[in-house]
Amino acid sequence: MNAAFNWTLALPEIWLACAAMAILVIGVLSRAEATVTATLCSMFTLGAFLIAAMLVLMGGAGVGYKGQFTVDAFAVFMKLLLMAGAAYAVILSLDYNRHAGIARFEYPILILLSVTGMMVMTSASSMMTLYLGLELQSLALYVLASFARDDLRSSEAGLKYFVLGALASGLLLYGMSLVYGFSGTTDFAALATALKNPAAVSPGLVVGLVFMLCGLLFKISAVPFHMWTPDVYEGSPTPVANFMATAPKVAAIALLLRVMGFMFGGLVAQWQLLVVIVSIASMVLGSLAAIGQTNIKRLMAYSSIGHMGYALIGLAAGTADGLRGVLIYMATYVFMNAGAFACIIAMRRKGKQLEQIDDLRGLAQTDRALALFMAIFMFSMAGIPPMAGFIGKLYVFLAAVQAGMWTLATIGVLTSVIGAYYYLRIIKVMYFDDAQPAFDARPASLSFVAWTTALVTTFFFIVPAPIVTAAEAAAKALIR
Amino acid sequence: MNAAGFPLLSLLTWLPLVGCVVIMAVRGDEETVASNARWTALWTSLIVFVLSLILWVKFDKSTADFQFVENLAWLPQYGVNYRMGVDGISVLFILLSTALTPLCILASWESIQKNVREFMLSFLILETTMVGMFAAADFVVFYMFFEAVLIPMYLIIGVWGGPRRVYAAFKFFLYTLTGSVLMLLALLFMWRVAGSTDFAVLLKTQFAPAAQTWLFLAFFASFAVKVPMWPVHTWLPDAHVEAPTAGSVILAGVLLKMGAYGFLRFSVPMLPQASAYFAPMIFTLSVVAVIYTSLVALAQEDMKKLIAYSSVAHMGMVTIGIFTFNVQGIQGALFQMLSHGVVSGALFLVVGVVYDRIHSREIARYGGLADRMPKYALVFMLFAMASVGLPGTAGFVGEFLVILGATKVNFWLAILAATGMVLGAAYTLYLYRRVMFGSITRDDLRGILDLSPREVAVFAPLVVLTLWMGVYPSSFTSFFEATVAQMVKTHTAAISGAVQIAAGVR
Repeated sequence: MNAAFNWTLALPEIWLACAAMAILVIGVLSRAEATVTATLCSMFTLGAFLIAAMLVLMGGAGVGYKGQFTVDAFAVFMKLLLMAGAAYAVILSLDYNRHAGIARFEYPILILLSVTGMMVMTSASSMMTLYLGLELQSLALYVLASFARDDLRSSEAGLKYFVLGALASGLLLYGMSLVYGFSGTTDFAALATALKNPAAVSPGLVVGLVFMLCGLLFKISAVPFHMWTPDVYEGSPTPVANFMATAPKVAAIALLLRVMGFMFGGLVAQWQLLVVIVSIASMVLGSLAAIGQTNIKRLMAYSSIGHMGYALIGLAAGTADGLRGVLIYMATYVFMNAGAFACIIAMRRKGKQLEQIDDLRGLAQTDRALALFMAIFMFSMAGIPPMAGFIGKLYVFLAAVQAGMWTLATIGVLTSVIGAYYYLRIIKVMYFDDAQPAFDARPASLSFVAWTTALVTTFFFIVPAPIVTAAEAAAKALIR
Repeated sequence: MNAAGFPLLSLLTWLPLVGCVVIMAVRGDEETVASNARWTALWTSLIVFVLSLILWVKFDKSTADFQFVENLAWLPQYGVNYRMGVDGISVLFILLSTALTPLCILASWESIQKNVREFMLSFLILETTMVGMFAAADFVVFYMFFEAVLIPMYLIIGVWGGPRRVYAAFKFFLYTLTGSVLMLLALLFMWRVAGSTDFAVLLKTQFAPAAQTWLFLAFFASFAVKVPMWPVHTWLPDAHVEAPTAGSVILAGVLLKMGAYGFLRFSVPMLPQASAYFAPMIFTLSVVAVIYTSLVALAQEDMKKLIAYSSVAHMGMVTIGIFTFNVQGIQGALFQMLSHGVVSGALFLVVGVVYDRIHSREIARYGGLADRMPKYALVFMLFAMASVGLPGTAGFVGEFLVILGATKVNFWLAILAATGMVLGAAYTLYLYRRVMFGSITRDDLRGILDLSPREVAVFAPLVVLTLWMGVYPSSFTSFFEATVAQMVKTHTAAISGAVQIAAGVR
């Protein structure tokens, strides 16, 4: 165990936590109108993210807090990615919340707290830190899901998410206690070393592993722990749904990679089949169940289930190349998802927020730019080159092929064809169908998100090398 | 850096996108935008065509190597680079793509009235992806262009197509995508084994025979759909019938060639043993395609559908030629691909001419047009004859060479392939008689106008090309002679090498 305390490693997290408190004070004391305060706090939050990102980039690497907290290339990659997702969620909320009458300054603060939890998750190298981070991010998220507290659907979403999330946390905690009981340590590195010796593997440990896996799979909404996703996405305010689809997924995937790939790296044989099955089930369900959806938020929920299936392919491969694939996949996923949600939030006619796929009919004739953005994100999610989504899929499938997992790779590519059908259907609705009255003018914040994410999604293929290299370094930090 | 002195292939590939940017920047009322979009698209595609003529002039016909090579680091640590280059197989297809695009834009001058700007954008993007695909000398780059073709084509069929356009667009997209993703797996496997996706490296890599079988099947899934081969051809008639005229022309002229090009680029040279093993299956499917789809074509009531089925039959000849593995067969296949690109593209334009006037493609709707449209009758006759394979037209040379190549493999194969030519004459002449001859029975046909100057401008280059290819084919075959000879040589060496190894083991 590392004896050094080295608290400066957690500087970005400490900064974010302090910033959350400070912004909370500003929000409470502000005498301005509620919407103005909310906007002000959102801007402070974005600034806090910016500074935190700089701290993450400039901070050193190492192990701190007596082995409980690790900063490595992997954590840096994931932290930057999830902060990007969270920043988009804040920007998307600016106009939506004002419009929905829920412009309260707590929103950015809850996101800030949730992100603090996620950053702790990605750096966790002990089960205690893991649980601490996970619960902080989850509790903030439960509140966010029911943020439109006068809306029945939103309250229902929050309650549902809370009950099921608590169950998942319970499973995780139970698994952790089993692992601790059978191994005598909560430290990831110590456990990884111990497990190199096959004699150290006891059935109880494996049972604990399975429980932990279940808890984490719930957080990324992989089948069979996906039931909550469509309802919660549909019920929550749309920016919250966007947030849940990006940053927490990144954090949970980071945790999954660290726990399975690093801590239980010696037990690949025990968890690999499980992950393969979950991955296949997620891809199949994500592509088939989405076909029948009429609500675009529900469709995005099933789409994210499918995407998690693809990301898990990389984990299932169990190699550094596989982890690299997951990281690249998550990077492309965050941007195209944020962009797609920006388009969904822009679906507003005569002040009424719309979320049926049919409402997009003939969009190409009334709002050319919005239709083009949406088409880019849909082609990207379907994995059609040259969009970013294709590059992500390329790397996870490459890892699967390198690991010789032909069944998984074949099912993966075939489900991506089935999935392409419903993404194409949205493009069909926008481009082939007759026009309806135009949507209301888009606020600048939505245009900003749509533009930046569309540019990243479309032109990622020109210079993929920096992200690929960073992902490579991150993966190498985990599996050597 | 290469024969042109500047990155010519990249310029050809990306220049249409510059045209797109210009078109997107146009502001004004709908009329201005439409007119500007048309002219910008036409000029962009013409400039691209003129630049592509540098390839025609400067291409070194004596070598089988890649020429005009460009190399840019893209993902160097994984052996993937942005690599462009042409050899004898691909160079003429780039010219075919750049030549057909301005003609298609000209042909849709008046027939496309809705969303003109978007149509021209899609078409220029389509040109980028087509040229890029033929110019790619790296498998990943190739694959990206190969699939990216789907995006503009899906929109062209779906937005500007006929009544059942949505169904046709989905069918086109999903059929092709299913094949492509399986090829992606093959790509990843070859990437892993060879450590690079450069064509030159892949060509030198020997893949184990067992792996070759699977790789071949994966490639087959992709290219057979694209060609299309029987029984996965059913997307083609739907796509052709519903697509606007220009879309059909590009579909028949260039997109179908992508499958056959893939067989020539990957299956035959990189997987020689598996290709030889599966050749009988390809022959069987191709013969079925030739005879069965010809018979189906005889029974069609819709002009476009008839030509679509004839395309399947003609492409059947191409696949027969490729898998004969001899110089005549492969040269014939390449020539047939080029001539089919010109002739069937032209035939779709021919149908488009009357469709623009009467808005019907039903054969029974017409009759006696020769009386009112003499110029049209002449053009139609020429392309019908070229499609049949009349000596002196483009269609003859390719089919002749393929049948010649097939006789070296199997006598019956040649006979059955030749049956296709007879049936081809039957359905084409039958079509021509029903549309052009007889007496005019409908009133609206009495006032029908002959070819306009714009339409003459569209057909003139195609007429010249068809006759040129028929009368003096060596100016085209000379481009791929060296490459094909090299390919046949390495294939024979690989096969006999495998036999020797097998004999040695025994």
